[in-house]
Amino acid sequence: MKYLSYPGCSLRSTGRAYEESLVAVFQALEIQYEELKDWNCCGATSYVSIDEMDAFALAARNLALAELQSPESTVKLIAPCSACYLVLSKTERYLEDYPEVSTNVNAKLDKAGLHYNGRVEVRHPLDVLVNDYGLENIVKHVQYPLKGLKVACYYGCQVVRPFAKFDHSHYPVTMDKLVQALGAESVDWPLKTRCCGGSLTGTTQEAGLRLNRLLLKEAQKRGADILLTCCPLCQHNLECYQERINRIYKEEIDLPVAYFTQLLGVALGLPEKELGMQRLFKKLSLEHITHPKGEMANAW
Amino acid sequence: MQLPTQPSIRQDEAPQKIEKMKHVVRRIKFESELDLEFGERVAEKAYGQKLLSCIQCGTCSATCPLAHYMDYTPRKIIAMTREGFKEEVLNSLTIWLCASCYSCYVQCPRQIHITDVMYALKREAIQMGFHPKRLPIPILAQEFYKRVLKDGRNTESWLLVSLYLRTNPFKMLKEALLGLKLFLRGRLTIGKEHVQRRDQIHAILEHKKGGQPS
Repeated sequence: MKYLSYPGCSLRSTGRAYEESLVAVFQALEIQYEELKDWNCCGATSYVSIDEMDAFALAARNLALAELQSPESTVKLIAPCSACYLVLSKTERYLEDYPEVSTNVNAKLDKAGLHYNGRVEVRHPLDVLVNDYGLENIVKHVQYPLKGLKVACYYGCQVVRPFAKFDHSHYPVTMDKLVQALGAESVDWPLKTRCCGGSLTGTTQEAGLRLNRLLLKEAQKRGADILLTCCPLCQHNLECYQERINRIYKEEIDLPVAYFTQLLGVALGLPEKELGMQRLFKKLSLEHITHPKGEMANAW
Repeated sequence: MQLPTQPSIRQDEAPQKIEKMKHVVRRIKFESELDLEFGERVAEKAYGQKLLSCIQCGTCSATCPLAHYMDYTPRKIIAMTREGFKEEVLNSLTIWLCASCYSCYVQCPRQIHITDVMYALKREAIQMGFHPKRLPIPILAQEFYKRVLKDGRNTESWLLVSLYLRTNPFKMLKEALLGLKLFLRGRLTIGKEHVQRRDQIHAILEHKKGGQPS
């Protein structure tokens, strides 16, 4: 089974470490995939505020290109960014559910010589790793069990709502199961799908920063050593604004925020450069984590 | 038994009160001032007539992480939309604060696509020029739209620069340090990303070619 991957704009910029670690992990686990050729922006949450049918048509171009590139009857398109995942899934669903959307969008695609037939299934890497590849197969590749590490798994909003089929919309557990399989402990916290504010940190900081403050404080209170995300915007918000949150709200938050693929890579024993660790603002000390032979985990 | 004394208008206050009475303002709208088709128009744009079946339970407002910053909660926005308070709804901050987390969308007992309702209202507000002029959120949407229209992809660094230029150039200075830190870690790029087949993007968005969104 071969996948197509849709990196999306953020993974080429603020979220580069996400793509790097994802590629490294997929290679280590020998998951076959190729990049969708000439993909375009999914439209994120902004495009639809201007023109809805254009937004659907833009997203649908990627779906149409995926069909052209893959001969398989169901094309599995991996979208790691939560916004891309949501927009592509929503487009796929609305094209199926609403004939007026389908007619309109295909008329637009026609002008570019494209057509979408409904063969694409949009998948998130978390879903692919845990449900397709399987935890029992991941465990076989673990070289450095993350014993003693407490992880707060943060899913964010858009990856589980409302079009995801792989987990619960308010209390998902897929990432928790993954980190447990890696030997770590996942802390139980109720905010795992509460919104980080998305682009509000750039536009309306008072609102955006407060949402992030709440998430970080709660994770820290519950004893997390690290907060894991599966979305480039969540990662950026939760990591890059910590200093500012501490300054404005007089907090003492000090929590590394990494992509779940980075921590998975550490457990698989991949070199830190391949996982994009140098791009993080805060490094996590893994010194207290030892693997079965009593050696230190690779220096992170 | 002593009766409670009625507070009487003090002599020195009287002229002010009288002055105030001259400017009595009506606090409710008459039906003739509402746009009675507004609700149905929005409902149509947000997939089906479900919006009109709202039972005003308030689940959306309770689950909304941004409700405490909104001038009208999502529940109120739905009620006002349905009743035709077009200007109040389109002028509200609520529609811009919606961060599209879809929490209300999945919780609504009437399966109203509330996030889609908010999007429909955002579009209407932009088209009719209702949003506050320097409010960064709709400007971000417009700049994002232009960038993708041109290159087919979005480059975050350029998007932010154009946002700050149009809203608050001083903010760019405030954010410069964070920008530098990101840049040093390879997380902000200077080169612009674009698709090879720009012609396809332009063909798909043909009617917009040359024209800018309002």
